[in-house]
Amino acid sequence: MGDGNSADAPLIELIGVTKTYGEGAAALQALRGVDLRVEQGEFVAIMGPSGSGKSTVMNIIGCLDIPTTGSYRFRGMAVERLSRNQRALLRRNYLGFVFQGYNLLARTSALENVALPLLYRGESVSRRHAAAREALAAVGLSDRESHMPSELSGGQQQRAAIARAIVTHPAVLLADEPTGNLDTHRSREIMELIATLNRDRGITVLLVTHEPDMAEYARRIVRFVDGMVESDRPRMEPA
Amino acid sequence: MFWNTLALAIKEIRRNLMRSFLTVLGILIGVAAVITMVTLGNGATAAVSERIASLGSNLLMVRPGQRLGPGRDSAGAPPFKLADAQAIENQIGGIKAIAPTVSRTITVVHLANNWSTSVVGTTRDYFTVGNWRLAAGRVFNEAEQRSGKAVCVVGQTVRANLFGSENPVGSTIRVGRFTCEVIGLLVSKGQASMGMDQDDTIVMPLRTVQRRITGNQDVRMLLVSVSDGTPTSVVRRNIESLLRERRHITASEDDNFNVLDTREIADTLSGTTQVLTLLLGAVAAVSLLVGGVGIMNIMLVSVTERTREIGIRLAIGALEREVMLQFLIEAVVLSTLGGLAGVLLATVGSIVLTRVMEVPYLFNATINILACAFSAAIGVIFGYFPARRAARLDPIVALRHE
Repeated sequence: MGDGNSADAPLIELIGVTKTYGEGAAALQALRGVDLRVEQGEFVAIMGPSGSGKSTVMNIIGCLDIPTTGSYRFRGMAVERLSRNQRALLRRNYLGFVFQGYNLLARTSALENVALPLLYRGESVSRRHAAAREALAAVGLSDRESHMPSELSGGQQQRAAIARAIVTHPAVLLADEPTGNLDTHRSREIMELIATLNRDRGITVLLVTHEPDMAEYARRIVRFVDGMVESDRPRMEPA
Repeated sequence: MFWNTLALAIKEIRRNLMRSFLTVLGILIGVAAVITMVTLGNGATAAVSERIASLGSNLLMVRPGQRLGPGRDSAGAPPFKLADAQAIENQIGGIKAIAPTVSRTITVVHLANNWSTSVVGTTRDYFTVGNWRLAAGRVFNEAEQRSGKAVCVVGQTVRANLFGSENPVGSTIRVGRFTCEVIGLLVSKGQASMGMDQDDTIVMPLRTVQRRITGNQDVRMLLVSVSDGTPTSVVRRNIESLLRERRHITASEDDNFNVLDTREIADTLSGTTQVLTLLLGAVAAVSLLVGGVGIMNIMLVSVTERTREIGIRLAIGALEREVMLQFLIEAVVLSTLGGLAGVLLATVGSIVLTRVMEVPYLFNATINILACAFSAAIGVIFGYFPARRAARLDPIVALRHE
C-alpha cells in the first residue's frame, strides 16, 4: 500500500463527503457534504439524533463503506480508491472496532475472541495468546480468559470487545455507541477505560454516542444534523 | 493461515456435533454404498468365474440340438452314440479326455432314506474332465465299465441324505428298480453357477445307465477336456466339422448339435455381473451426489446463521478469500470425514455381506481411494457456493444481522 505523505497528512480527513443510499426517487442522502479532520491522539465524540448520519460517517471512517462523492483520506491515502481487500487490510492494520452489541463470537472463550484479529495477521498461537492475555489484563479481565461470552456480564463483554479492538495496537479506535446497552455505572467504567487508552496509549478515539454524559469524556465534540456537521468544538472544560 | 483455518473448521464442526454428523451422514452413506456395491459386485464376478472354473478347465460341452435360445428346438435332433465320442477321441488332436454322458433324475433309496438325484452314466474320463477327486473308495474300472456293472460313485449331498455322516463305500443303494454297490465317494465341489448343487449326483458306468435306466444306446452330452496349450476354438471347429460329417449334415443345413465353451459362459456371466456392478455403483454414486447437496444445504444454513460472525471477521480485517477459505475448508473437512467414515462402514459392511452372500471379499483399493477423493471433491464443489456467499457479505449489513 502506498503510504503517500503520511508524515504531514492528518490521520483522518473527510473532504466534501456525501453518501447516498438507493437511487432515483427512493434515494436517501445520509451525508450531504461532510468535512472533518482528526489528528493523531484526539478523542472525538460524534453526536446527533438518529438519522443524522453519524453511523454512516463512522462506517466510512472505519473503511467499511466508501463515500458516494468526496474523498476520505486515511494518512493521506484516498480510501475510496482502494479495493475491498485493501480496505480490509487497512482495518486489520490500523483500526479497532467496538460495537454497541459487543459482537463477540459465541461459544468462543474471551481469550480466543481477543486473539481473533491476530489470526488474520498470521501470528503464531503462542504470540496470539500472549498478546490477548496482555490486552485482557489492560481491560481488567485477566481472570475471565476462559469464560464464554454468555458467562460474562454486559460490561465484561464490552471490556473483552475493547481488548479485541486494541490487541493489534491500532492507530484508531472506533466505538459506535459502546455504552448503549449498559447501565450508568458500567457505562462510566467503559468510558473511563476508553479515556485511559486514549491518554496512556495515544490511541485516537472516535466515539459515536447520543448520551451527553458519555460525550463528556471526549475532548472534542462533533454534532451531526441531517447529514451535515452542525457544530465542531472542543468540550467545555469541566469545573 | 491454512492450519489455523483447518483448526477453526474442526472447532466449528465440533461445536455443532449433532448437525455435523447428520450432514456427514449423506456422504457417509453414499461412499459406503458405492464401495460396498462395487466390492460385492467384484466378489460376485470372482465367485462366478471360480464356479465355472470348477466345472472343469478348458471344457467343451457338446450336445444335440441347436444352441438354446428363442425359437430354437433341440427335440428333433438325434442323440449321440458312444461311437461319436470314440471318433472324436481318435480323430481329433489336442484332446486330453472325453466323457460321453447320459443322465436321469431318479429316486435312490438306502434303508429308510430316499433322495431324488441326478444319476450320470459315463466313462472313467468323466472324473478327469470334471476335475473330480475321490474322498473315499475308488472309481469304476475298465471291466466294470464294459460289462455295465451296478456300481456307483456318490456325491457329498447324496451321501449326506442317504447315509448321514457314515462312510457309504461298500454299502448298497437301490436305484429305481435295481440295486447298486457304492464303490467311491466324491470330494465336495460346492454350489455351481446358477444355484446348481454339483454334489447332488451319482456317477455310474455309461453302460449301466443305458441298460438299466434309459433302455437305449443314446448319449446325451459329450464333455471334452482340451489339452493345456491347445486353443479350444481349434478343437471346437474340428469337433464341429467331424460331427457334421458323421451326422450327414449338408452344407446348406445348420448344425443339429451345439458346442459350448465353458470359458465363453464364464466370460458372458462375469460380463453380466460387471455390468450390474457398474450399474449399482452408478446408482450409489447418485446418493453420494445427494449427500453433496446436503452439505451445500447445511453450509448455506450455517452461513446465514453465522452472518454476524462473518461480519465481525470482515470488520476486524479478514480478507474475502480468508472467509471463503474458512467455509470451504469446513465443507471439505465435513465431506472428507464422511468419506473416511464411509470407507470404514463399507469395509465392515462388505465383509459381512460377502459372508452372507457367500462370495469372496476382495479389497479394492482403487474404489476406496476414488470414493474418498470424490467425497472431498464434493466438499469443494458444494461448499464453494455457500463459501463465496459468506465472503461477499457486506460487513455493515452482516453486523446488523440478528
